[in-house]
Amino acid sequence: MMASLFDNIPLMIMLVGALVGIASSLVGTFLVLRGTSMLSDAIGHSIVFGIVVVWLLTHQASGPLQIIGAALTGIFTVFLTELLVSTQKVKKDAAIGLVFPVLFSLGVLLINLYASDVHIDAHTVLLGEIGFVWLDTLPIGGVEVPRALVSMGAMTALNLAFVAAFYKELKLATFDSALAKALGFAPTALFYVLLLLTSGTAVAAFDAVGAVLFVAFVIVPPSAAYLLTDRLWKIFVYASLIAAASSVSGYYLAVAWDVSIGGMMAVMTGVFLALAFVLGPRYGVFAQWLERRRQRELNESRTLMVHLYHHEDGPEKAVENVTMALRDHLMWDPARAERVVERSRQRQLVVQEGERLHLTQAGRNLAREILEPGAKAETGA
Amino acid sequence: MSLDALLGDYTLQNVVMGAALLGLVSGVLGCFAVLRKQSLLGDTLSHAALPGVCLGFIIAGGREMGSILAGALFTGSLAALVMLLLTRMSRLKTDAALGISLSVFFAVGVVLLTYIQGTGNASQGGLDAFLFGQAAATLRSDLWIMTGVSGVALVLVGGLWKEFKLVSFDAEFAATQGLPVTLLEALMTVMIALAVVVGLQMVGVVLMAAMVIAPAVAARQWANKLESMVMLSALFGIAGGVTGALISALGPGLATGPLIILSLSSVVLVSLLFAPHRGFVWEILKLQRDRRQLRHQRVLTTLYQLASHHADRQYRSEKRMVDAYLGTDSRRALERLSARGLITQQTPPSHEPGDHKRWVLTPEGCREAERILDDLGRGGRA
Repeated sequence: MMASLFDNIPLMIMLVGALVGIASSLVGTFLVLRGTSMLSDAIGHSIVFGIVVVWLLTHQASGPLQIIGAALTGIFTVFLTELLVSTQKVKKDAAIGLVFPVLFSLGVLLINLYASDVHIDAHTVLLGEIGFVWLDTLPIGGVEVPRALVSMGAMTALNLAFVAAFYKELKLATFDSALAKALGFAPTALFYVLLLLTSGTAVAAFDAVGAVLFVAFVIVPPSAAYLLTDRLWKIFVYASLIAAASSVSGYYLAVAWDVSIGGMMAVMTGVFLALAFVLGPRYGVFAQWLERRRQRELNESRTLMVHLYHHEDGPEKAVENVTMALRDHLMWDPARAERVVERSRQRQLVVQEGERLHLTQAGRNLAREILEPGAKAETGA
Repeated sequence: MSLDALLGDYTLQNVVMGAALLGLVSGVLGCFAVLRKQSLLGDTLSHAALPGVCLGFIIAGGREMGSILAGALFTGSLAALVMLLLTRMSRLKTDAALGISLSVFFAVGVVLLTYIQGTGNASQGGLDAFLFGQAAATLRSDLWIMTGVSGVALVLVGGLWKEFKLVSFDAEFAATQGLPVTLLEALMTVMIALAVVVGLQMVGVVLMAAMVIAPAVAARQWANKLESMVMLSALFGIAGGVTGALISALGPGLATGPLIILSLSSVVLVSLLFAPHRGFVWEILKLQRDRRQLRHQRVLTTLYQLASHHADRQYRSEKRMVDAYLGTDSRRALERLSARGLITQQTPPSHEPGDHKRWVLTPEGCREAERILDDLGRGGRA
């Protein structure tokens, strides 16, 4: 029963993909919220150097020691970048873009020189081979389990444990670093642990998705989730769901079109982000557009109400409180004036009597709300 | 291979010319990107060139440089647009928008790459070269296209020099002067995409980021004016590019991109360390010089104050007194001051107790000490 589960190749691939996404999102959320997403790009590239060096030293590509060793390169990258920034000679963005290419270049050259015959060829470095994760298995309790599944599972558990254990501290350090420092929470140390976990995740995910696609799993699902909610824990939930959904849909699309599975999964994270960008309930482009339209309509109604209220009972009422006057005095074109009057009529703010417009009590209240803020609205006709 | 044979080698000529072109263009355009704190835009645009390369390949049905570069320019600009949309119309910050554009566009590129592989197109082998660069595969016809693109970019920089300069240093002021800032910024972004396009063949999409950043950062260390910075940056770019490309063309199976980046990065390292005024070594030396000078000034003014307290310009101070005043050993400072003629050593009459060596301010020393104290006083009042 268990064995057949692990023999199910599509399931294994999707599971590994989902775990890559979930583990990356757990750390990625904080990177995105802190505005340091591009560090994941730097880490993803520079661990190539670490992986090659570790491989050259130990002649093994996977294992806890290898993951830790290679992950240290990621931390080293960040350290070098910070060092460069602290000299004030180089801005942060330039520093990032200076450090990781060097380590990445060294890694690629080492592969060219010493390791061109092993599985870490330059192509895999960038793209990964998630489709082949089931080839490399590890016997656990008599069952052959894909190695990538084991390492990704372990990384996911580790990241989850870290985030759960330091949830409060991470939250504080992310949103108010100064306060965290003042309260003695050592936000910098916390951040470095976070980056170490990011590097570890990058190394573990490396075989599956490669250096660049890893960036997609770190940044895109949390960003998409961030467009959907304000609650930190909900960002984790949504990001994990998006990662899992991207993994499953990406797998089937890739199989259908016979293209890179890892690539398609990353593309799907982008699709989900686009959906969140357009259709997000509060921050989505569509929701924003609706909100702007609502505001505009409200403003138009208010303008009309104030105009009518101003001239109500006045001598010029007959001239002012007609649809025609809106065109000349409010500079509204006829279509717009018609639209506003019609909408206000439907909402029972005005009643039309021939050419004349009369305020209802509701309309009068709306006008007074603006003209005399704080005053209690009159009730009754 | 003799030098003659080397220079006559057709491939090598192409490689050197291509690398020089790339160094020139990315050096010049990189200056603006770095000054505008948009260094990582190059990273995003270059990764986003991959789907364009594949699209160009698919449309042309083979490794057709023109359409590949056009595709790269197209998707690079598209990625910049997506990035802009994400930052302007959502609450995502620039870094997230950069990362999203970079990774998703690259993912699309990967998908298209595997799609091309799936169609079994025989000439597909040339596409991998665009990941890490393969200078040796540069054809003369590719060079012409690269020259054209570089020419366009450089003419634009030359023609809009004043505008670009103003927007790079003070975009708000540029806007108040009635310059179309958004348009100019968009143009500068497209020009980075142009530099990326020139570098595709040489450096590949992954490492173009450093190609744009490194020469400019190195040049900034040596130059304080945009004009000289751009010149130097172009020079560094050319030197690094040609060096890397030559090593790659001569060595067996070494990817060009990493070699170019490493040679450029060594230039950056040297510049960060040794450039006058801004280099670390220079700064450390200057710091030491300043400290020494400050120590000398303190010793001199201490002597002056001792003399004033005793109302005697010729007051003979003992070294021990100065030491006790300042809490440090003043021997070297006293020697230096004496060498500068600001103080002299005198032997007191034998009936006076204490040391046999005393220090006395010379008239110049008095004036110098008064000047220092005066400066300090004025500094205090200001």
